[in-house]
Amino acid sequence: MGRRLADLFHGRPRLQVGSLLAGPVGWLVIGYLGSLAVLLVASFWTLGELSGEVQQDFTLDNYEQIITEPVYRSIAGRTVLIAALVTLTDILLALPLAFYMAKVATPRVRGMLVVAVLMPLWSAYLVKVYAWRAILSQDGALNWVLQPFGVEGPGYGNVAVWIVMSYIWLPYMVIPIYAGLDRLPNSLLSASEDLGARPGHTFRRVILPLIFPAIVAGSIFTFSLTLGDYIAPQLVSSTQFIGSVVYANITNNLPLAAAFATVPIMIMVVYLLIARRLGAFEHV
Amino acid sequence: MRADPRSARWAWLIVAGLSVLIVAFAVGCGSDDSTSTEASSDSAPTELGAGEGEVNLVAWAGYVEDGSTDPKVDWVSDFEKETGCKVNVKIGNTSDEMVQLMRTGQYDAVSASGDATLRLIDGGDAAPVNTDLIPNYADVFDSLKDQPFNTVDGVNYGVPHGRGANLLMWNPDAVKTAPDSWDVVFDPAKAGEQSGSVTAYDNPIYIADAAVYLMTHEPDLGITNPYELDDEQFNAAIDLLKQQREHIGEYWSDYTKQISAFANGDTTVGTTWQVIANLLEADGEKVETTLPVEGSTGWSDTWMVSSEAKNPNCAYLWLDHIISPQANADVAEWFGEAPSNQESCALTADKNHCDIYHAADEEYFDQIAYWTTPVADCGDDRGDVCKTYDEWVQGWTEVKG
Repeated sequence: MGRRLADLFHGRPRLQVGSLLAGPVGWLVIGYLGSLAVLLVASFWTLGELSGEVQQDFTLDNYEQIITEPVYRSIAGRTVLIAALVTLTDILLALPLAFYMAKVATPRVRGMLVVAVLMPLWSAYLVKVYAWRAILSQDGALNWVLQPFGVEGPGYGNVAVWIVMSYIWLPYMVIPIYAGLDRLPNSLLSASEDLGARPGHTFRRVILPLIFPAIVAGSIFTFSLTLGDYIAPQLVSSTQFIGSVVYANITNNLPLAAAFATVPIMIMVVYLLIARRLGAFEHV
Repeated sequence: MRADPRSARWAWLIVAGLSVLIVAFAVGCGSDDSTSTEASSDSAPTELGAGEGEVNLVAWAGYVEDGSTDPKVDWVSDFEKETGCKVNVKIGNTSDEMVQLMRTGQYDAVSASGDATLRLIDGGDAAPVNTDLIPNYADVFDSLKDQPFNTVDGVNYGVPHGRGANLLMWNPDAVKTAPDSWDVVFDPAKAGEQSGSVTAYDNPIYIADAAVYLMTHEPDLGITNPYELDDEQFNAAIDLLKQQREHIGEYWSDYTKQISAFANGDTTVGTTWQVIANLLEADGEKVETTLPVEGSTGWSDTWMVSSEAKNPNCAYLWLDHIISPQANADVAEWFGEAPSNQESCALTADKNHCDIYHAADEEYFDQIAYWTTPVADCGDDRGDVCKTYDEWVQGWTEVKG
């Protein structure tokens, strides 16, 4: 049996490659793209007036509703704003840390820092969010620390969601930037210094352009993950994100949920096109 | 090995063909229950067979206790020993979750509130229940039998679990004068005193609570049924809730969330379930509860059997057990509700339990509007103009903003 299979594949490179790719490509095309297509189709359906059952008649009512009603626009706007803030925050936090890890730390310290950055990923998402819920609560650790200064923490709300998301997605920003900086030859930095550039100048003109693809790679993670999240907003705030509306409607009004779910998809497509235009996918 | 363009095309054709085959194979041989349209039972069984060895339940937190929360709170272990049906329970936090879980067809029975029952019946997810096969059904309070939210055209779709009211809970250290009305969470002046620490149930069905408040405070709207609201009444309720939003600290949908919120001082007043107050008091927190003068919404839950139940006999045995006098008394005391079985009142540990929860007090429960599914048919001479549940969901999205 094995002999016959080996004979079948011998000298037929296309068959070899084809069979290897069949599974993953099949999953990608049919399982992933296919389910997105079904979602898109469902967004053009509607609910029966009296029965509340999904009727498969083509209509643009759902899209009309999410475009014209102000609450859906404000929810989408809020989600994009927080996603952008989280991305910026994580870039600002990750750059110094990744630079230290890649260029300054001794190999031993670097190893420990990599483990330290990745360790939060070992614990469950819910555990981390509940931990922040405890920290940010009225009688929580943050208020306790700020009490001597007479200020109060942000409590639950949009600011809390921003803090929690920045924390949770930070490893996804640190690692790509660290990898990018790691590939940056130290000789370039020395050369820049020799030519008289001050550190800030070196950073702006030498380092930043070279690690730009890495930064964009990290930002894709943080932006898209924040865009789709609905659990953290529910636990540390009472505000609604795109995901919250989809979750609320998915049982009773699948077409509306599907229509609203296409919004983050379209936002990410635009984001990726812009990233490609800016050269982020050239050499990551 | 560089491939020429011709062979590259062939390679992609082979990839496409094989991938279709593989995925079709995977889908076909995979979950045969969820994709096939097997004939789900449209009629109730006429006799019970032997227990299948296990039963999968979807239940509210606190309804199916096996001693793991509190060793003294256990009405599952003796059931498992007697019937040999091992109980697996999945907690549903909201009615929406329960409907979604039952639609998967992987569970045998569910403790559904009125805002889920009709959806399950209409969707074909709940099977008719033959109450003759459930001996303890005879002892259920008559006022709980054949209710509109679980009996359609004379066909029973489940047995009543018990009933209770959504109560107003407050932290006496923060709210100095004990409130007796919902105006402490709805009236702008009163709610403003606790601004930032008011809570409300995070579910579209809470619109009915606003409607109950308006029934007393704005009688001109003519609301008779808080679940059947026409345009004007619905918009008034939504406006009231939007006003309330300014003072809300946090909405709660997960009972553990409300427990931690009251314990941490994030929330000081709002709607609750008695079981939450019980758990807070057990933890040493100070809270008080009351049923306000306007009345309240509440629930009368029904244990229903799935139309795709894999263990229907064990499901029936569970239904009979949970409404048996001792088990029903235990769960009613633990959860803080009135039992459905008349015999349970004699068996509660606290002899006053049935009095406190007004188990036989029909006048009390006349003040409670049980959760039910809003439908277009108003049920009176207004016709079909009332808001349906998906419109309630959209209204709730608008309220939360």
